[in-house]
Amino acid sequence: MRNVLILARKETYTYYASPMAYVVSAVFLALAGHFLVRGLSTTVPEASVREMLTPLAFAVILWAPVTTMRLLAEEQKMGTLELLMTTPIREWEIVLGKFVALLMMFLGIVVPTFIYVGLLALYGSPDPGPLFSGYLGLMLYGGAAASLGLFTSSLSGNQIIAGATSAVALLFLTLADQAAEVVAGPPATILRSLSLPGHYNDFIAGVVELSDLVYFVTFIGIFLLLATLSLETRRWR
Amino acid sequence: MQDLIIETTALTKSFGPRKAIQGLSFSVQRGETVALLGTNGSGKTTTMRILCGYLPPTGGVASVAGFDVVSHSLDVRKAVGYLPEDVPLYADLTIRDSLRFFGALRKMRGRDMERRIDDVIEQVGLTEYRDVLILKLSKGYRQRAGLAIAILHEPDLLILDEPTVSIDPVQVAEVKELIRSLGTQHTVLLSTHQLSEAADLCSRAVVLSDGQVVADGLISEITKSNSAERRIRVEAKEGSTIVMGQLVGLASVTSTQECAPSLQGINAFTVTGSGPDLLNDIVVALVHAGVVVVSVEEEHPSLESAFLDLARTPKANTVA
Repeated sequence: MRNVLILARKETYTYYASPMAYVVSAVFLALAGHFLVRGLSTTVPEASVREMLTPLAFAVILWAPVTTMRLLAEEQKMGTLELLMTTPIREWEIVLGKFVALLMMFLGIVVPTFIYVGLLALYGSPDPGPLFSGYLGLMLYGGAAASLGLFTSSLSGNQIIAGATSAVALLFLTLADQAAEVVAGPPATILRSLSLPGHYNDFIAGVVELSDLVYFVTFIGIFLLLATLSLETRRWR
Repeated sequence: MQDLIIETTALTKSFGPRKAIQGLSFSVQRGETVALLGTNGSGKTTTMRILCGYLPPTGGVASVAGFDVVSHSLDVRKAVGYLPEDVPLYADLTIRDSLRFFGALRKMRGRDMERRIDDVIEQVGLTEYRDVLILKLSKGYRQRAGLAIAILHEPDLLILDEPTVSIDPVQVAEVKELIRSLGTQHTVLLSTHQLSEAADLCSRAVVLSDGQVVADGLISEITKSNSAERRIRVEAKEGSTIVMGQLVGLASVTSTQECAPSLQGINAFTVTGSGPDLLNDIVVALVHAGVVVVSVEEEHPSLESAFLDLARTPKANTVA
């Protein structure tokens, strides 16, 4: 586990040493502010972050591919993966270390939006339940997108291919519930069960369903496992 | 009993239908500095990647420091310091931060790690650049940084893949000096296709061609043993008609050619032939004919010529 933290620390440090990290945080904060203001600009405004968190899930479709595509693909392209994998570190430690770093990076763009929560608390009385569950859902959404991106990044030495693949996959998983509206029967059920927003929306509504938690945890676990297997099979390719 | 740090037996590695190495067997004793010689594509890098636990072999057995490279890969990686070809490094870290990162992965910590990092940085001559981002370093300094990472944990075995490739001659000399000094403290296996480098740094070489060992032994023996033909340089006061006329009939002489003399008024010849008495036959024949022989010297074939011969004929030619 020590290796996981060492790698996570190095990745987080490298990320925040780049100005890009602050640009991404600023853009995310601006988008969140825009969505919040739009949500509050109604005839009966509600002291809630619901209108902000719902569309922010779409911003994750942009964030995850851009952030994850370099993590393993660049290491493969630059050859540093060879250097890393000839130290006494296991493949799962590499994947988990990068994932923990991604969670830190995601926290880095989510935490500044607490400013808006503070402002809401100053001028209204937001319900802490949906607030907590909404942010929990956003973190799980970000974690799921990050795990998928990490997997696609492990497949290719080309960052663009890795990023584009995860963006397409995330777009599909985000629009799956809308696609379910136009089909019927088992395909619709499957699409709804696969949909990321379908499970995320309950969190925003203030409901923490066990099935939603299981969905996100399983989603993350499967893609981290796939990324680990991908790294392991790299040795045999 | 020999203390072997590397031992491979019938090692093979295939990438799809392509066989990168086939039936590779060689060993390295603790304390040796051995060159893995071969042309591009001969299997040097694949062999090294297997030995440092990065690639599993398709067949055969390889052990490093007593550990099997497949079943005890982590132990092998602990015992090895590896400098990959082209020295991949994290460009956005400083040298010191890179060493801290790799030191931490190798279970080093605290003041001991900081002390060791300072020592290693000094040893590779990067004290001035310790806090410079790697992306700002020249290729020679990156090479040194890579070496620093490889030796940081004081490994039993150093595996260096083309350590002087793509750097300028001054940096080549500096890196070679560094490797020479590391060879006094570590067992070193280095790959190169620069034969002068192998001759400079190593006493022994394993020559690969098409993924097979075509020669294994002391470099001096490889250069001698590969060719039965001997070349003798003769300098005499007499001209070519007399000298070549005396040598043409000797059974041990194959050919005689005039070449550039070292002094004015002297004629020089290269005599090729075979047999243990070649030198004696030449001197006796010339002196008997009254030729004033200024010098007679055997030209030892260079490692280059031996290597080229070996690369052309991929047959087992093991020098004990």
